[in-house]
Amino acid sequence: MRSVMSGSDMGRALRRIAHEIIESNRGTADVVVVGIRTRGGPIAQRLAALLEEIEGHEVPCGIIDIGMYRDDIDSRPRIELGPTEVPGDIDGATIVLVDDVLYTGRTIRAALDALADLGRAAVVQLAVVVDRGHRELPIRADFVGKNLPTSGSEHVTVRVAEIDGEDGVWIEGPGSDQGETT
Amino acid sequence: MKNLLTMEGVDRATLDSLLDDADEFYEVMHRPIPKVPALRGKAVAMMFFEPSTRTKMSFDAAAKALSADVVSFSPGTSSLKKGESLKDTVLTVKAMGVDLMVVRHKSTGAAWRVAEWSRLPVVNGGDGAHQHPTQALLDSLTLRQHFGTLEGLRIAIVGDIRHSRVARSDAWAFTTLGAEVTMVAPPTLLPPDLTGWPVTATSNFDEVLSEVDAVYVLRVQAERGGASVFPSVAEYRERFGMTDARMARLKPEAIVLHPGPMIRGIEIDAGVADDPRCKVLEQVTNGVAVRMAALFQLLGGSRDE
Repeated sequence: MRSVMSGSDMGRALRRIAHEIIESNRGTADVVVVGIRTRGGPIAQRLAALLEEIEGHEVPCGIIDIGMYRDDIDSRPRIELGPTEVPGDIDGATIVLVDDVLYTGRTIRAALDALADLGRAAVVQLAVVVDRGHRELPIRADFVGKNLPTSGSEHVTVRVAEIDGEDGVWIEGPGSDQGETT
Repeated sequence: MKNLLTMEGVDRATLDSLLDDADEFYEVMHRPIPKVPALRGKAVAMMFFEPSTRTKMSFDAAAKALSADVVSFSPGTSSLKKGESLKDTVLTVKAMGVDLMVVRHKSTGAAWRVAEWSRLPVVNGGDGAHQHPTQALLDSLTLRQHFGTLEGLRIAIVGDIRHSRVARSDAWAFTTLGAEVTMVAPPTLLPPDLTGWPVTATSNFDEVLSEVDAVYVLRVQAERGGASVFPSVAEYRERFGMTDARMARLKPEAIVLHPGPMIRGIEIDAGVADDPRCKVLEQVTNGVAVRMAALFQLLGGSRDE
């Protein structure tokens, strides 16, 4: 397993993303940050806290579970569901969806459907810690912590302190350990 | 989980996971758009060989809220009247391309046979006086919502235990989830042999009244011969009815459950039925949520585990 982002790299990337969110929305007036379970949840909370720190007022933050919106339920053993909690009315809001890794885009597709069932947002933007490519749907991120070229056989792991006890991004699989001594 | 046929022998983890999922579907039911695409393209057959309105409607609502398609079967107008066997009926409906069957039948074990013949996931929607697992799930969810857990609760199930699939299902679910269950009924309405049931029994309702956290009032089931085994309705109400006077003697935080339909004035007084501590309507709402959880777990996920 090779480290591609340390905890402090991740912290700096999130701070930059927070500034980008403010810049592209000219503030955070209608912004609601919504994390996709599981790791999108704590990352969204951190982004909301950073937005509040920079802009000086509270930014609502929620979490959505996409278990009921998957397109692959027949090929998975069992789908664990988790709570969906999005504060207030999202009609007209600027939603910043947050996830750890952007890969095929299918999770985001499901999350967009889940969001649409909660209300009609004015704008939906996407922030991810890592974009590893290999999209299967026409989806792109608005805010990216790190673009990480990968092969399909590699595995990207994002860890967050709230769940995993540490922050950072790792890559493993054929080729990813070349030249590394671990 | 391949089928949901009984509550007997179902382990704690399975119950917890169904109730946890039901909590999420409960939230879906309270959204502006109370519908999710989880089971799009799946078809559920409602095979109700015994009359039912509310259970069938509840399963129907659950399937539709998950975007499944529903095909229904009504015994009154079906080929069963023309002499078709149950097995042929099941295979015929399967051949129409359904993915799951909900079965209600007056005979014990019918849902097991349907599962065997159809090789589809089956939910037992009530087989005679035997089992009604989704009822036990909705009752458990109602108790869990109110108390946070069933662990350590004392629950009295009162009435026609003998003819009650609700009692048979609840007894297992409640005790597996950590509650203590006492069956309260006249000896004629208790099963002849309670050996193997995880419960205690008494014929003295008033004795347990002040100690329980929940009273589960069963309906007097005239259609299963329930009315013929006690001398009079007045006497039944006097000894086993959930009367206003008994309500006053419950712990203040105790709640009353009933599987519906309630017969006011016999097993439950109108004042009790309308009391906020009577959770009948919450039970009905929770019924849709637990049935969504059951359908989702049986149809969501690959079959070949």
